[in-house]
Amino acid sequence: MAEPLLRTDRLIKRFGGLVATDTVSIDVHPGEIHALIGPNGAGKTTLVGQITGNTVPDSGTIHFAGRDVTRLPTHARVRLGLARSFQITSVLREFTALDNVALAVQAHAGHSFRFLADARHDERLRAPARRGLEAVGLKERADTPAAALSHGEQRQLEIAMALAGDPKLLLLDEPMAGMGAEESLHMIEFLRALRGRRAILLIEHDMDAVFQLADRITVLVYGRAIASGTPDEIRANAEVRQAYLGEEAAGTA
Amino acid sequence: MATLLASLRSPRGLLTVLVLVLLAVLPLLTQAFDQRYLLSIGTRIVIWAIAAVSLNMILGYGGLVSFGHAVFFGVGGYAVGILSANGLHSGWLQWPVGILAAATWAALVGTLSLRTRGVYFIMITLAFAQLVYYIGAGLEAYGADDGLNISRSRFPGVIDLRDKASFYWLCFVLLCGTLWFCQRFANSRFGFVLRGAKSNDLRMTALGFPVFRYRLAAFTISGAFGGLAGILLANEGAYISPAMMSWIKSGDLIIIVVLGGMGTLFGPLYGAIAFFALEEFLPPLLDLGGKDWGEYWQIVFGPMLILIALYARGGIDSLLGRTEGRRNG
Repeated sequence: MAEPLLRTDRLIKRFGGLVATDTVSIDVHPGEIHALIGPNGAGKTTLVGQITGNTVPDSGTIHFAGRDVTRLPTHARVRLGLARSFQITSVLREFTALDNVALAVQAHAGHSFRFLADARHDERLRAPARRGLEAVGLKERADTPAAALSHGEQRQLEIAMALAGDPKLLLLDEPMAGMGAEESLHMIEFLRALRGRRAILLIEHDMDAVFQLADRITVLVYGRAIASGTPDEIRANAEVRQAYLGEEAAGTA
Repeated sequence: MATLLASLRSPRGLLTVLVLVLLAVLPLLTQAFDQRYLLSIGTRIVIWAIAAVSLNMILGYGGLVSFGHAVFFGVGGYAVGILSANGLHSGWLQWPVGILAAATWAALVGTLSLRTRGVYFIMITLAFAQLVYYIGAGLEAYGADDGLNISRSRFPGVIDLRDKASFYWLCFVLLCGTLWFCQRFANSRFGFVLRGAKSNDLRMTALGFPVFRYRLAAFTISGAFGGLAGILLANEGAYISPAMMSWIKSGDLIIIVVLGGMGTLFGPLYGAIAFFALEEFLPPLLDLGGKDWGEYWQIVFGPMLILIALYARGGIDSLLGRTEGRRNG
């Protein structure tokens, strides 16, 4: 098998007595959608934090794009091609949708120590930003302040921002959270279209979406990866059924 | 130019042009009406406006409440004063040294303080400013607490700073330059990063921006312009003293920026005009009651600030109508 794009090796993160990440080794290969699922408190957010560089692991390593990035700050990992969306929508609310994406483009257009030229008239930023908005279906909303977009539109905007730098790996933290059924469907279609072209690490609660989209699924429970495999393997896994799917079913029943 | 003409159509644009034109011809007016004293107020307004615009670069556009900005008055002023006291009178030497010293100090303070947020940032910037204040107060050779009379910077054959009108015009031109830079700065790639980080710095980091570096650069630039204001202030009174960098002056600068409108281009200028106009004219107005209430003008000024803080968040600038999204952001 080819070298994985992202590989965590025996990551451990403790908070006091709690082991939030317990010897987790996962990998994401180029072009695949790898979903990370697990009940609340399973340590998904902590794991994501370590991959993005917001949290420093106690031990273990993270390799991305052929480099050890365990100690690299967030912005440097982004430069290597790691982009993310946030669980709680995180856009620049005072800026227009187009400004938001243009800033994301700018982040990958060399340094920004340019003080005099008007960034709003810089076609090197605006043109790719407009294409990015169009790709997620927000073309008509380009000049709307991000704060005035609907929740679903803001999630789409986040995806457009994450894609702006042409990243190797998209880390999507519950992209469907808070979306209506139709919006979710639209998002699933959009992500499906990305499959094969971009690696995605998908953290998602919506099981329908996960089983539709993922090439592989890793199940996290109490900080440990208890299973990893194709959707069918995960569905058939007894431990997963008991620890997670069963629990979920019991919870919704 | 086209945007300038277009801006004339809005009340804000009209007022801005009016204010700038009035400031441009102020020496002619004060001479015509024989009100020399007004020119000295005007000079102070213009110098403080430069400092306020520079503070606005980090406070307004960067969202970083620096509570020690008057320290740059001090660093710029003392650079001129110390060189002058040692027989180095050339402005060509003094001014670059003053600006460079202020920028260097800003870079140092920024390196340490920008790692903190909120109240801690306020306290650290204040602490560094106090440090320099006490150094100034301890410089026996340069007047210590009492300050020092200095001779003005010399630009032989170019300009004589002792001439009040020439000096005023120089300050005014420098204010225009500062405003021009601030306008470009705010709308540049750099300005977008700075303003984006104010809005959501976690997001900016996740986009790949090393936010700290940009903030440090902004802090340094802001300090450099603050140093320029300090150089002008020292030349205005031909006098330096630690009082020019007391924390009260830092507070006044914040008041001016908030009063005028944070994160707006001309807000700090409006703020400086309003601040000095109130300081100058409120006391005699209150004295009209015949009971010497003028001394307590701040009893009126304080509540005015509270009202602005409560009901006019955008300061004077916001009273001029809504900003069309594209202007300064």
